[in-house]
Amino acid sequence: MAYEKVNELNLKDTELRLGLPGTEQVKEEQDVSCVRSNKRQLQSDNEEESTTPPAKTQIVGWPPVRSYRKNSNNNNSVSYVKVSMDGAPYLRKIDLKTYKNYAELLKALENMFKFTIGEYCEREGYKGSEVVPTYEDKDGDWMLVGDVPWDMFSSSCKRLRIMKGSDALALDSAL
Amino acid sequence: MASVSLLFVTLLSVTLYINIKSFILWDQSQTFLPSLSDSVLMDRRFPFKVLEHIFSFVDSNEDRNSVSLVCKSWFETERRTRKRVFVGNCYAVSPLKVARRFPKMRSLTLKGKPHFADYNLVPDGWGGYAWPWIEAMAARRPLLEEIRLKRMVVTDECLEKIAASFRDFKSLVLTSCEGFSTDGIAAIASTCRKLRNLELRECIVDDLGGDWLSYFPETSTSLVSLDFSCLDSEVKLSDLERLLSRSPNLKSLKLNRSVTLDVLESLLRRAPQLVELGTGSFSDELDPEEISKLTKALSELKQLKSLSGLWDLLPEYIPVLYSVCPRLTSLNLSYATVQMPDLIDLLSRCSKLQKLWVMDLIEDKGLKTVALCCKELRELRVFPSGADLDETDVTLTEQGLVSVSEGCQKLESVLYFCVQFTNAALVSIAKNRPNFRCFRLCVMEPFAPDYRTQQPLDEGFKAIVERCKDLRRLSVSGLLTDKAFEYIGVHAKKLRMLSIAFAGDSDLMLHHLLSGCESLKKLEIRDCPFGDTALLENAAKLETMRSLWMSSCFVSFGACKQLSQKMPRLNVEVIDEHPPKTRPDSSPVERIYIYRTVAGPRLDTPEFVWTIHKKPEVGVSRLAIR
Repeated sequence: MAYEKVNELNLKDTELRLGLPGTEQVKEEQDVSCVRSNKRQLQSDNEEESTTPPAKTQIVGWPPVRSYRKNSNNNNSVSYVKVSMDGAPYLRKIDLKTYKNYAELLKALENMFKFTIGEYCEREGYKGSEVVPTYEDKDGDWMLVGDVPWDMFSSSCKRLRIMKGSDALALDSAL
Repeated sequence: MASVSLLFVTLLSVTLYINIKSFILWDQSQTFLPSLSDSVLMDRRFPFKVLEHIFSFVDSNEDRNSVSLVCKSWFETERRTRKRVFVGNCYAVSPLKVARRFPKMRSLTLKGKPHFADYNLVPDGWGGYAWPWIEAMAARRPLLEEIRLKRMVVTDECLEKIAASFRDFKSLVLTSCEGFSTDGIAAIASTCRKLRNLELRECIVDDLGGDWLSYFPETSTSLVSLDFSCLDSEVKLSDLERLLSRSPNLKSLKLNRSVTLDVLESLLRRAPQLVELGTGSFSDELDPEEISKLTKALSELKQLKSLSGLWDLLPEYIPVLYSVCPRLTSLNLSYATVQMPDLIDLLSRCSKLQKLWVMDLIEDKGLKTVALCCKELRELRVFPSGADLDETDVTLTEQGLVSVSEGCQKLESVLYFCVQFTNAALVSIAKNRPNFRCFRLCVMEPFAPDYRTQQPLDEGFKAIVERCKDLRRLSVSGLLTDKAFEYIGVHAKKLRMLSIAFAGDSDLMLHHLLSGCESLKKLEIRDCPFGDTALLENAAKLETMRSLWMSSCFVSFGACKQLSQKMPRLNVEVIDEHPPKTRPDSSPVERIYIYRTVAGPRLDTPEFVWTIHKKPEVGVSRLAIR
């Protein structure tokens, strides 16, 4: 049996279909893995930047981590958030649960990103600091770190952003 | 001594007539009279006693399998002397045959479900039941001392049967098993008076409470290893303390997460001879005096070589571990949620480390430290810390693995989860470390190309298989075309196990693998766009392998039928929610699992598994049997 090299875009030749050739492909009844349909999408979008398949997080058994391990990591005692600092090339990740209050968190951030932060006060925020710590909450709003009680903050914080320079001043003067 | 006698054996075998494949010979062995008389055995070139003595030096089962192929008398001698029996697929052979073949069996190892069951790709209820094996051995091999099971369904009934049937039972090791409760464990603990090893590794246990621990005999125990790290519930501290006090031979202890940090010191004081320790949770508040006591207790463990557990390790407790670091050869930090600076602090003191499991929190910088400080490293596993694919940690990149491959000359086994990769990195890694035996790279973004060049990762994996001549196990990922698999087929001659996901373009991919990889034993594939042609073209190859798994590929029901009819000694299992016969032959099936067997189709399949009938003359409507 001779093999023909199949052009990598030419999936249709090896595709199994229900129905007669020339007809539209009938939607498959079983939908075991959404990635199969995603793959075809990506192949036809070859010219463009490969976009994130929409159902990425729903792929069964991917990444291949044992459920035992996933369950161990997935419980309440860890709560990772990304931390970005304006001007820093990489994001970092911290586990909010390892801190008990704002003082500990800010100290850790100071150490991580090598900056100093001024004192927080309710009325004026972080007046006099070169940086301002902000966070995105569950509703997608950007808030100033320190306004709400610690527990409320640690359960609603999705990510942190350390703003500096003119952004910080703008926020500061707006307060 | 073993190598001398193997040489001797090999020389002999050259002069003897080597014939049939082991499975067939074994099958035919059932026609031998069970009482092969001594005179027949003596009538060989070497008396039974001499052969028996020589074979006692042959440890590895692979060698023993070769030995048993040489001739009938060698087969007979070998089977009567084999003590440790390994069955890689519990459905490849019937328990009865195994029991009959090896009268001196003392240890039995079995594996059940396909490897992809670990990632929820095998539906519950598929199979892998331990009961038929335990029942058969209980009836025929009551002197069995050890049972080791992986990915099997073990019930309390099984455990009770073990406890009741094997009077010298010494060792129970269950890995990734399920189906039993702590009641079953209690039965083992209370009845097996000579128990040395009780290890539950990542099992799913119906945890009815910590009482089981109190069931060990009141007099001193012969325990050497105890692993209950996968259990959830609390055990009573006093039970544990007393057990440790009366277990002077205990070398390995792995606690579960609910054993809190404040009691650890008291436990360690009672077991200073430990070689392996798995702690419980490492996150409770301790006062300075408690910390100092714990530090001292750990420093007293002069034989400690392996450390694991460390759930939720807090940074302030890292110094507590300093004293054990210089002696450690194995460290599992994959449940320790500490950041890179703390990991560096710890790892820079572990100069003897050979095995390291850690999360991607270690970052490239941490791996650089490992490359500098852990010159004895042989195995590295880096697991993802993020729960979802969304939580990508950009500070662990391909550079981390490149550093370790440069700095650690003895590195031979890697499991690395990373968001994206480059061909250049793979080429460097291959150049640095041609001694890889196991290389598993999981690029977590499906179809991710080389992020610098946007090319597929074909060239990178080509470098790996070209340079790493001893590669036994490989997992590939990222964007891969058929070319990558052509390279693998051409170069990876010693490859035994290959895992593939979201890759390739056509049937050529499978064809390259099945026609090229001479040593291939296990192949598992998910979400790849091919099937029928390559499978049917390479059907004979499948009988030389243990198993083939394919899910979410394009294998049609018709091809499954053809394959099954063509190959009498393969079980072709179709795992599908919908009965295949209600759909056209050309429709793809959800999952197939193909394995060689001398036991015929199994009789314990659930309703979603269909074993294809062998006889074509059986009409189309009855072609799939349950």
